[in-house]
Amino acid sequence: MITVELVKLLRRPRTWISVVLTCALPFMVAVFITITHLVPPPGQGSAFLSAVLQDGALYPAAALALVLPVFLPVAVAVVAGDSIAGEATGGTLRYLLVRPVGRTRLLIAKLVSVIVYVLLVVLAVTFTAYATGVFLLGPSEAAAVGQAPGVPGGAVGGSAPGLAGQAPTAGQAAGGAVTSLSGAPLSLLQLTERTAGAIAFITVSMLGVAAIALFLSTITDSALGSALGALAALVASEVLVTLNAATVVQPYLPTRYWLAWIDFFRQPVFWRDIQRGFGIQAVYVVVFLAAAWANFSTKDITA
Amino acid sequence: MIITRALSKRYGAVTAVRSVDLDVREGDRYGLLGPNGSGKTTLVRMLLGLVYATSGEIEVLGRRMPRHARDVLPQIGALIEEPAAYPHLSGRANLTLLDAAGPGGGVARRTRRQRVGEALEQVGLAGVGRRPVKAYSLGMRQRLGLAAALIRQPRLLILDEPGNGLDPRGIRDLRELLTGLNDSGVTVFLSSHLLAEVEQLCTRVGVLDSGRLVLQDDLAALCAPTGRIVVDTPDADQVAALLDGQVEHRDGQRLLVRYAGAAALNTRLVGAGLRVSSIGPQQRTLEDIVLSVTGAGSDQIS
Repeated sequence: MITVELVKLLRRPRTWISVVLTCALPFMVAVFITITHLVPPPGQGSAFLSAVLQDGALYPAAALALVLPVFLPVAVAVVAGDSIAGEATGGTLRYLLVRPVGRTRLLIAKLVSVIVYVLLVVLAVTFTAYATGVFLLGPSEAAAVGQAPGVPGGAVGGSAPGLAGQAPTAGQAAGGAVTSLSGAPLSLLQLTERTAGAIAFITVSMLGVAAIALFLSTITDSALGSALGALAALVASEVLVTLNAATVVQPYLPTRYWLAWIDFFRQPVFWRDIQRGFGIQAVYVVVFLAAAWANFSTKDITA
Repeated sequence: MIITRALSKRYGAVTAVRSVDLDVREGDRYGLLGPNGSGKTTLVRMLLGLVYATSGEIEVLGRRMPRHARDVLPQIGALIEEPAAYPHLSGRANLTLLDAAGPGGGVARRTRRQRVGEALEQVGLAGVGRRPVKAYSLGMRQRLGLAAALIRQPRLLILDEPGNGLDPRGIRDLRELLTGLNDSGVTVFLSSHLLAEVEQLCTRVGVLDSGRLVLQDDLAALCAPTGRIVVDTPDADQVAALLDGQVEHRDGQRLLVRYAGAAALNTRLVGAGLRVSSIGPQQRTLEDIVLSVTGAGSDQIS
């Protein structure tokens, strides 16, 4: 059943269109930066973006930071929200269930296919952003800085290493001058490990949204309704995360530790938020998957 | 093959199916008739484990449902309301994916391509090629739905409104296909609101009205001759005079006569020099029977 779900995912035009669109945003940003050589000053704007003019190979990290807050969760909510509700609306759900496919099995297969989808998007963004960074922004630090002497991002780069530090990518074999956010150098092996860690963390970060959307997908037969419901939960979470008055509930919000993947690029790795991030997502997945299972396995399929 | 005992389903305040005792025997071509909203679809969905019964028991292929769904369902081919398929994939890809989604193991995998091909051929879609399902006509989708029900060579076919969307030729093809499958041992259970479809295809009928099974019998027994003869004659007055007392009903030139046989009556009338335009035994149509046992459909608000 899992194989079948993956085939369905990969043969669906929507999957590839959304992957291309998600990759298009960082590409567009890279084009603008290349033309104008304007980047946000360190410490402001999207993470890592201030440093990409010095080293185009940093661009994957900047790209992930760009798509993480909105694009990725929207795509995940749409795919996960569609998972059961879409089959119900299309009428294929009843045929799958009388095939027979166990209801629990179907839920698990859907969750796995959402995870694969997230991985696909994250990997696609990482690789296209690496290519974009190297070809558009230039691979070498000196060239970028030399071309943009008056740009704040380029000029401040050296004087504020903690903020405008450099994030590495797995593909960066040459150069060897990769430093962590904390200023200490990273070996290529460390770099690869940490990038993989960041990709894993971002993927897991999306599972909370995926589980909420999957649960809503078993409640309603409207794919749109469940996707929007999950997004509403996210927006609420994002609002509360920035609200000082809501400090009490903040550790339990699904988006609270979303940015902790940046901690993979500190030396040593700053594990506290990463662990909590994994933990909170696990809780959301367990709770909402259980709710989805309880609802779906006792539900009358009338669609 | 299918036995239900006091099967009921309530949706909140609405009772969709009330205490139905269905009895479908091996080798039957069973037609479940009923007006729209009489509970046919709910009943079919309960048989397949999609909808859970409020009370009562279901036995399909000798096993309790929905408890033994994993053992029972692989032997059943089903069409539930409209057919459904992934619109961007071809018919063949849809059937392959559906077959791969369920249990069956290595044997199913090895024979899959062949079974899918055979099913498409059975329903007349063999030459359809790689066209995606979204480009299919309504009738082609219906045929694809039937093919999906046939890929696992089921012992029992449960078809909900299988004739929907088919043109007259398609309906004839469907009838021939189902009769052929039935001859080779497949039990066919279908629901329909089209009397003609059921009358021409089925050997047994059940009639559902407002969730109750109001009639269940062999079609041959239901439509047996009533022992009366229908005579059409331009000499109606003379015939009525000749057969005084045996004419039960007269409607213009048509007389309903109690008599021992059509041939004997014909001989007598012709012998008396009376003209006969047509003569034959009276038979109740399925329509008469169904309308006599059902009320207005529940979609008719009065």
